[in-house]
Amino acid sequence: MTHGVSDHPQKAAEFISDSQRAHWHDGALWFVRDKRDAAARSVPEWEQLRETARQIKAHALSRLPDYLEEFERKATALGAQVHWARDAQEHNEIVYGILKAGGVQRVVKSKSMLTEECHLNPFLEQHGIEVVDTDLGERIVQLRQEPPSHIVLPAIHIKKEEVGECFHEHLGTEAGATDPAYLTEAARQHLRERFMQADAGITGVNFAIAETGGFVVCTNEGNADLGVSLPNLHIACMGLEKIIPRAADLGVFLRLLARSATGQPITTYSSHFHGPRAGGALHIVLVDNGRSALQQSEEHQRALSCIRCGACLNTCPVYRRSGGHSYETPVPGPIGSILAPSRDPEKYASLPFACSLCGSCTDVCPVKIDIHHQLLTWRRELAESGHLDWKKRWSMRLAGVVLGRVWLYRFAGKAMRIVLPLLPRFLKYNPLNAWGKQRELPPMPRKSFREQYRRRHGK
Amino acid sequence: MESKQTILQALRFKRLDEQPAPSLQQNWVATPNAIATFEKMVAAVGGNCIRVRNMQDGLAKLPELPCYADAKKVCSLVEGVEKANVFLDDIADPHDLEDVDVAIVRGEFGVAENGAVWLTDRGVKHRVIYFIPQHIIVLLDADQIVHNMHQAYERVGFEQAGFGVFLSGPSKTADIEQSLVIGAHGARSLHVLLLENGGA
Ligand code: SF4
Repeated sequence: MTHGVSDHPQKAAEFISDSQRAHWHDGALWFVRDKRDAAARSVPEWEQLRETARQIKAHALSRLPDYLEEFERKATALGAQVHWARDAQEHNEIVYGILKAGGVQRVVKSKSMLTEECHLNPFLEQHGIEVVDTDLGERIVQLRQEPPSHIVLPAIHIKKEEVGECFHEHLGTEAGATDPAYLTEAARQHLRERFMQADAGITGVNFAIAETGGFVVCTNEGNADLGVSLPNLHIACMGLEKIIPRAADLGVFLRLLARSATGQPITTYSSHFHGPRAGGALHIVLVDNGRSALQQSEEHQRALSCIRCGACLNTCPVYRRSGGHSYETPVPGPIGSILAPSRDPEKYASLPFACSLCGSCTDVCPVKIDIHHQLLTWRRELAESGHLDWKKRWSMRLAGVVLGRVWLYRFAGKAMRIVLPLLPRFLKYNPLNAWGKQRELPPMPRKSFREQYRRRHGK
Repeated sequence: MESKQTILQALRFKRLDEQPAPSLQQNWVATPNAIATFEKMVAAVGGNCIRVRNMQDGLAKLPELPCYADAKKVCSLVEGVEKANVFLDDIADPHDLEDVDVAIVRGEFGVAENGAVWLTDRGVKHRVIYFIPQHIIVLLDADQIVHNMHQAYERVGFEQAGFGVFLSGPSKTADIEQSLVIGAHGARSLHVLLLENGGA
């Protein structure tokens, strides 16, 4: 593995080497996928909703700069301060600047994939500010000093025994405790203290409304609301693509989001923020970090419609069996595999290949992103720009030569049927043949399909 | 300022063909009986919906609810609650609401398809009252239940600064091995008292 290049097959192999855990992980996600299916089936106009959501997002993306300006105007009129950040570094500096100006020591943060993407926590910690993630799953991974492995279920890869150990060490719970209710209660007590002490709250944004200048944050735990209703300072960080034109569009998205994510009819809290609280301050940071380039690409701009429901992760046979960490990117799974290479094709070249092209992600996506087609497009682009490893490149080139010439294809088929059964194992199953790692070749038929067909149909 | 111009320029470098915005006036399915569906959905999301005749009966019902009966600190946004002893308007710092056991609040309307109630900070000095108490009791007029979220957004306006939340059930998490636990950071229980004859 080259340094700095992510190698999904390698990481996935590590994950499945613990076969029991891999099966457990697979099952946990399939359970969520089942709940999503039941929720989707309970809404007769599900497909109509998906299509409407797709159209709203396509429209919003086609007028993105106008809507961003409108949003800024309206939000400012309501008393919020809007900031623009070109990249992660600028985002982090803006957030730090606001905190510093406010004399903030302690921050509570609710789930935001954007701040993960920007690595905000380590940045603030370096500057002496304490950041506490308050979503239970996020808090668990924060205490274990690892990144989330899923965009909706950050600790889906961790077993309750491990949570018990972690809480025993950090929160002083009883040794050996594994009861989720007991552990959740301990986290509630621990985080209540942090909420009470915090000088500022940071949240992500699920939807920002151009027409009104407000935004919506969805959670189940109530951590976002508690975090920004006690201290006077609220900072909301959002990617540019979160803009929707009208408040009424939320009717469509809120019907889809939680049902797709966890099978709930709606999240427990869907909070609408318009301007700061009386006596408080509200800052909104709009972040580009590669999004404008994506918006300009006709091939890939649809990936910006993603509402981060996680359904494509839960359904993906590769994600379920390789775990979120194997992707080594803030957003893993199918959608992550099309977002990551747009940011760094060199580093993430292996991700679009972590896919069987089964198409299940595309079927469940609430905004109808053609995810598996995008993955295929990425493969082509990565091949064209020379980002494939040499084994894949040469085998593809060879296949191209053979498949492009009928006579050669027939000859090669015949030769294989005769030669392959005679070859010793080490020539067939070796590190060059990734396909053969967990698979055996079928016995070779004596005649090709073409020959058999001709014989049966008397020609 | 400079970053804003850079970003907008990048987004406008190549003009994208405008895609039409879809109409939201579509034939969305209505539930056959909004009130019954709402009751069912409140239960499905972990809450408890109780029908009472009117406000007076609703208030009379309170002592039967353990979260009210056992409460020491009661904050009510509704007139006439006997045990009320925390008054939002007298409180300067929202942190002082930390030990409120139960809050009794008024819902503007409910949504049948997901059991959510719409709560706002209009006339409510500290919005944290919806999140910080151990338990929440919402009083809601039964004739204020809409079928779905499309109808819900026809009712809400965001012309002025303010806060509003769709609250659907008590606070919950399933972050430890997908086991549902009620009472994450917000309310541990949610009761909706449905007033059949409206606020009369
Ligand atoms: S790509 Fe679609 S299915 Fe995947 S997380 Fe985004 S919205 Fe959900």
